[in-house]
This record gives sequence, C-alpha cells and structure tokens, in this order.
Amino acid sequence: MSRGAIDSSKPGSRLTAYLINHAQVFFSSLGKLYRNPFSNLMTIAVIGIALAFPVGLYVLLQNIQDVSGGWNGATQISLFTKLSISDQQSADLGDQLRQRNEIDSVLVLTRAEAMSEFKSLSGFGEALEVLKSNPLPSVLIIRPKPAFSSPDKVRHLVKQLQALPEADIVQLDLKWVERLYTMMEIGQRGIYVITILLALAVLLTIGNTIRLDIQGRRDEIIIIKLIGATNAFIRRPFLYTGFWYGLLGGIIALVMIQVSMGLLSDPVQRLAGLYDSGFELRSMKLNETLILLGFSMSLGLIGSWLAVGRHLHEIEPG
Amino acid sequence: MIRFQNLFKRYPGGHEALSDVCFDLDDGEMAFLTGHSGAGKSTLLKIISLIEKPTRGQALLNNVNLSRVSKRRVPYLRRNIGIIFQDHRLLNDRTVFDNVALPLIIAGYRHQEIGRRVRAALDKVGLLGKEKQAPVTLSGGEQQRVGIARAVVNKPPLLLADEPTGNLDPELSREIMQLFENFNQVGVSVMIATHDLELIKQMNHRILILNKGRMISQDATS
Repeated sequence: MSRGAIDSSKPGSRLTAYLINHAQVFFSSLGKLYRNPFSNLMTIAVIGIALAFPVGLYVLLQNIQDVSGGWNGATQISLFTKLSISDQQSADLGDQLRQRNEIDSVLVLTRAEAMSEFKSLSGFGEALEVLKSNPLPSVLIIRPKPAFSSPDKVRHLVKQLQALPEADIVQLDLKWVERLYTMMEIGQRGIYVITILLALAVLLTIGNTIRLDIQGRRDEIIIIKLIGATNAFIRRPFLYTGFWYGLLGGIIALVMIQVSMGLLSDPVQRLAGLYDSGFELRSMKLNETLILLGFSMSLGLIGSWLAVGRHLHEIEPG
Repeated sequence: MIRFQNLFKRYPGGHEALSDVCFDLDDGEMAFLTGHSGAGKSTLLKIISLIEKPTRGQALLNNVNLSRVSKRRVPYLRRNIGIIFQDHRLLNDRTVFDNVALPLIIAGYRHQEIGRRVRAALDKVGLLGKEKQAPVTLSGGEQQRVGIARAVVNKPPLLLADEPTGNLDPELSREIMQLFENFNQVGVSVMIATHDLELIKQMNHRILILNKGRMISQDATS
C-alpha cells in the first residue's frame, strides 16, 4: 500500500455513513417518483383505490353500527291485556310493573286510547265507526332499563310477563335488530375478505413495479456493484420507493374517502332530519387514519422487499 | 499489490482461461497486460476485481487471498480498486458530477467532502467545467476521462483498466495513457489490459503477455 491508500478524511463511522445514505435515499427516491410523475401516479392511484374500497366500506359499517346502537337501548315490549281486563286493572298492572327493577318505564294505553291511536294511524277510521264495541285490549308499552336490554335478559323478562294472568300477548320487537346485527356481522366478514384480497393486490402491484424497476436498472446495478456498493446500498432506493408508493397510495385512499364522505354527508343529514335524528355521518378517526397509513406503508415495504429479495441476487457482474 | 501463484481458471464447460499463471505487481508499479483476444486478459482482471474466483492456485490482493473472501466482504475490497472499462459504463441518467461522486456516496462521505473531491478528480482529468453535463453530450475521449475520474475519486491504491483506449484515436489514446502515468507517479499501482502494442512500446513499463491462458513473458521493455 502506498501513499494513495491511507486517507485521513475517510467517512466518520459506518453508522454516520449509513444514516447519511438513508437520508439521501429517502429524498432522492421521492425525487425520482416526482421526475416520472405519470406512470408513478398511475401506480399510486391503483394502490389508493384498492385501499380506499375496503376502508370506505369499513367506515360505512361503523356508521351503521352507530345508528343501530341507539336502537338497541330503545327495545320495547308491548303487553296486550286480555279483553276482560278493565282500564283500572291495567293501570294497576302498570304501577305494579314500574316497581320492578329491570323496568325503566311503562306507558299504559287504555282501550279507548288504543282505539283512537289505531283510528288515526291505520286509516281505517270510518270502518271502525261501524263496530258496536271496542275490539282492542289495553296495551302496556314497557321499556327495560339499558342494563337489562340485551337480547337474553329481555327474553327472560318477556317470559315472566307472559306468565302474568292479565297478559294475553307479549310482543318483543327484537327480531329485526338481531337480523340487522347478523347482517352487519356478514358485512364485517365481507370487508375482511375484501381487505385481504385487495391488500394482496397492492402487494403484487408494488412488487411488480419494483421488479420492472430493478430489471430496467440492471446495467446500473452491475456498475454500482463493481465500484463497491453493498447489497444493502443497492436495495435501499428500491425499498424507499416501495415505502413512498405505499404511503402516497394510503394518502390518496384517505383523500378519496374524505371526498366521498363529504359528498354523502349532506343527503344523509337531510335523511336523518326526516327521522328526527341528529345523526351525522362520521368520517375516520385519527387513530383509524394512522392505522390506514401505517398499513399502506407496510404493504409498500413488504412488496418491494419481496421483489428486491427475489431479483437483486440474480444480478451480478460477470 | 497483486500476486498470482500458479493460478488456474477453468470455466464450467471445460474451457481453461488461465493456466499456471504467476506474476507480481509491486506497490506503486505500472504494468501493461496484453495478448490476443481470448488469451485470458479479461479473466485475469475479473479475478482481481472479484468477479470470478480462481479454480486453483492463489490470487493475493494486498495480501488478501481472493479465494477466501466472503460475499459480504467483496464490496469493501472492491473499494480499493478503481476499475476503468472500455465502454466507460457511465450512468447516462445522471450528470458527470453525480457519476464521479458515486464511489464516495457508496462509501458514505459527507456532502461537502464529496463536492471537494469530485472537483479535484475532474480537475485532474481536465473536465472541471463539464460537471453539470450529461455524459452523452461528451466525446468518447471525454467520457473515458469521466470514467477515470470516477475510478480515482476515492483514491484507491490500485487502478485496473480494461482496454481503456479501445475506441479512441492514437492522439487521444496517448493522452489517456499519460493520465494513467500521472496517477502512477503519485503512488497508485496501475494495471492496463490493452491491444495497443505500438503505444505501450513507447512507454517505459513492464509488459505482461498472455497467450492461450499462459503468461509467456513479463519483461520490462528495453
């Protein structure tokens, strides 16, 4: 070794060199995407759409759950008394039921009230005039306390009410809530499946884009290997490119979801207004947003890692 | 700097590219490697630059046995060798400056240091004003100078050149050889594979001649 060999101004430590290179590649890989905007934007848009679809469905489902959550608390039981029970007796029954600790409120409709309500709501008003006597029993509308609103407990309560001597029919309108819940569960499973499939699609898209990039840079990789680049050095720009694809794809997905929500929120609010509900379409929470971006970044990194791992070793100078 | 001891290289398929090759290149020495096409010049350079491994015998670079270098260490050893190619092998999507800076970026030099060294290297090859140009806008001779600047920018103790004047006219070839001599004068070992016997006979350096894989002469020119 001669004079040329030893050099005092060599790079500080391997760690500093490593960090400097990471910083350089972090920005230069972004710059590379910027310099070739059209094809990269297409890749990123594909990733964004693939991510926006399941995430958008998830947000919608969350909203449906918000709405139906309110209904569960409003479970109500209708107790129709026997026709032989007088108004006084049903009022007494109402008082008696109010004492029970699982019951929140009891509304007693006398036979006459039941009749008038039926007249006004059913549209059979005139036909009912013909009847000589009131065919309707009195009705007790019972709301259980929220703590006793779960389907099991409500069913237990219904059984007890059914056993009362005054009761003719006890009706619980729970079936449709249960059906809704089952449907939402199916929806949730469906979203999982769609998410897995589309995540796979994103992985393959990124992997394939990086693979083409590697093949396009074959000569460059050989040259850089010959002047002493490590595999890690060569790998790094590709991994960062994958990272950017994932992150930017995630951001595009986020934008698409927000725009869709914006478009939907007005009509939904109007619809909710028609139902006298203050319901507002809820968009993604901060933690959900972060999870989406983290997920898309990971997909980008994993996709490029797979491509790089498979294809970089094949390229050696010879 | 380089020592080959009874080195054989046989490629898969049976072709013996190098047979029983012995030679030394001293620290700070400059030598030419010549012979017909297929005589084994490229194989010899590939063994030194760790692209190929010897089948039998030893190749030592700075007393490191090249047969025993692990894959992981190959890049670090290559940083001690500046390689110059006949076809320059520049990256055409980057400026002259970025091409020359590449070995320094790989080694992890700081930004200011890179700028200083790249300009120094370009100055030595006479291309200081062209750092912002793309390689394709330069003439063949200028591109080769960029290749040389890239090879010397991190001051390796050894320069290997494979037909560096292959595509150049005699006048430019002489200039390029002169450049190599300049680096040699400041202590860099230089080994140049070339066909250009006329040119190298005029220069006062040892000539190694390969014929069918054997080293048939390694005398100094008289």
